[in-house]
Amino acid sequence: MTLTEFLTKENILFLLQGAGVSLALAFGALFIGMVIGVILAAAKLSKVKVFNWLANIYVELFRGTPMLLQIFFFYLAVPVLISMITGARFRANIYVVALTALSLNSGAYQTELIRSGIQGVEKGQWEASDTLGLSYWTMMFQVILPQAFKRIIPPLVSEFITLIKDSSLASCIGTTELMYNTQVLGARYYNYLYPLSVAAVFYLAMTLVISFFARRLERKMAASD
Amino acid sequence: MIKAEHISKNFGALHALSDASLSVNKGEVVCLIGPSGSGKSTFLRCIHGLETPDEGKVCLDGQVLDPSKKQEYRQLRNRMGFVFQHFNLFPNKTVLDNCKLAQVSVLKRSDQEAEEKALYYLGKVGLLEKKDSYPNQLSGGQKQRVAIARALCMDPEIMLFDEPTSALDPEMIKEVLEVMQDLAAQGMTMIVVTHEMGFARKVGSKVVFLEAGKVVEESPSEEFFTSPKSERAKEFLGKVFYD
Repeated sequence: MTLTEFLTKENILFLLQGAGVSLALAFGALFIGMVIGVILAAAKLSKVKVFNWLANIYVELFRGTPMLLQIFFFYLAVPVLISMITGARFRANIYVVALTALSLNSGAYQTELIRSGIQGVEKGQWEASDTLGLSYWTMMFQVILPQAFKRIIPPLVSEFITLIKDSSLASCIGTTELMYNTQVLGARYYNYLYPLSVAAVFYLAMTLVISFFARRLERKMAASD
Repeated sequence: MIKAEHISKNFGALHALSDASLSVNKGEVVCLIGPSGSGKSTFLRCIHGLETPDEGKVCLDGQVLDPSKKQEYRQLRNRMGFVFQHFNLFPNKTVLDNCKLAQVSVLKRSDQEAEEKALYYLGKVGLLEKKDSYPNQLSGGQKQRVAIARALCMDPEIMLFDEPTSALDPEMIKEVLEVMQDLAAQGMTMIVVTHEMGFARKVGSKVVFLEAGKVVEESPSEEFFTSPKSERAKEFLGKVFYD
């Protein structure tokens, strides 16, 4: 088989479809992880000790265990747990599992990122918000977080790129993302050279485009420094 | 109108302020002066509640500022405006939005009402044409005038200034002091921590002189500068004025 024989419209579409799923998973996980990150960062910075604790346990748990284990855990172990509790059989949807595992994992990393971003905002900004009487959440969402996020755009972009790559682990439970579809084609042709090479190009295309737009965004935001 | 009684504040082993008292009547401009590290800023921050005093209490029109009574504490503090040495404008918002944010979210004003008020005060400080700029596009003096406008938008009954001109280039000091002088002339009650002796003398109605965390002297402004009572104040004035 030659490369041109491999690159049929059908195969390319099949891989593109997989790339679409990868991108959707990564994007969804970035977003849900960000919500988790904001909440847990607030918990970490809270004066309430219990909140600090809970946030710390969460972060250590998800950073300290392999992503692959987490994916399998949500796919194979959590259903057992749910069945034990409810007594009914429970079968997990692989897409939901993949998104959940990626989101919760990313949430742990984003917690640390957002926390450092928040702590990097000048003390004067908190004081000014305080003297104007702003409520905690108004201060957070209108003043502190916009400044915090601006600082952490570069590491957040790395996080997104990591998510795109890590979403390939979801192929292990049969999620039809780019890596899974690549393996399907490899198996079909008994030849992995072209499928894997093309998949690599697709991954690179996604990550490079993201880096490009991130640099532009950064430059645009630097304008208000 | 506002009374601070026997305020003490320690930072670890440092006694930043001990047993400092102050009373300000409506319409008065009280200037807190003294050498660096004398506790002036700490005193001002304790009065506003940016720092919680270790001892003593602050009363506004007879009501004690008590952090444990959240609702009342918030309302009392909202009657005071605060201007910082380093402006602390919100860099992610335009000048206009800096002035509108708290009006809308704290005072629940409509967007239009908030905008009218913001434009009114931006006009007063002479920066109407900068309303759509971001803080980083302004000079230091302009930033501080915006910060004053932002505080005034909240309709404070008393304005606190913490070294408002200390972070400015020399040629920008005057524009800020003029705004403050106008404010004083319109009857605003003010407490000003400052190194600007000219301002304290001309605009201030009273001077409180601090040293090493203690109030050393409290005199009417003119009297303080012409015939200070304490030795320490004499010495201080002798050093700050270059003749």
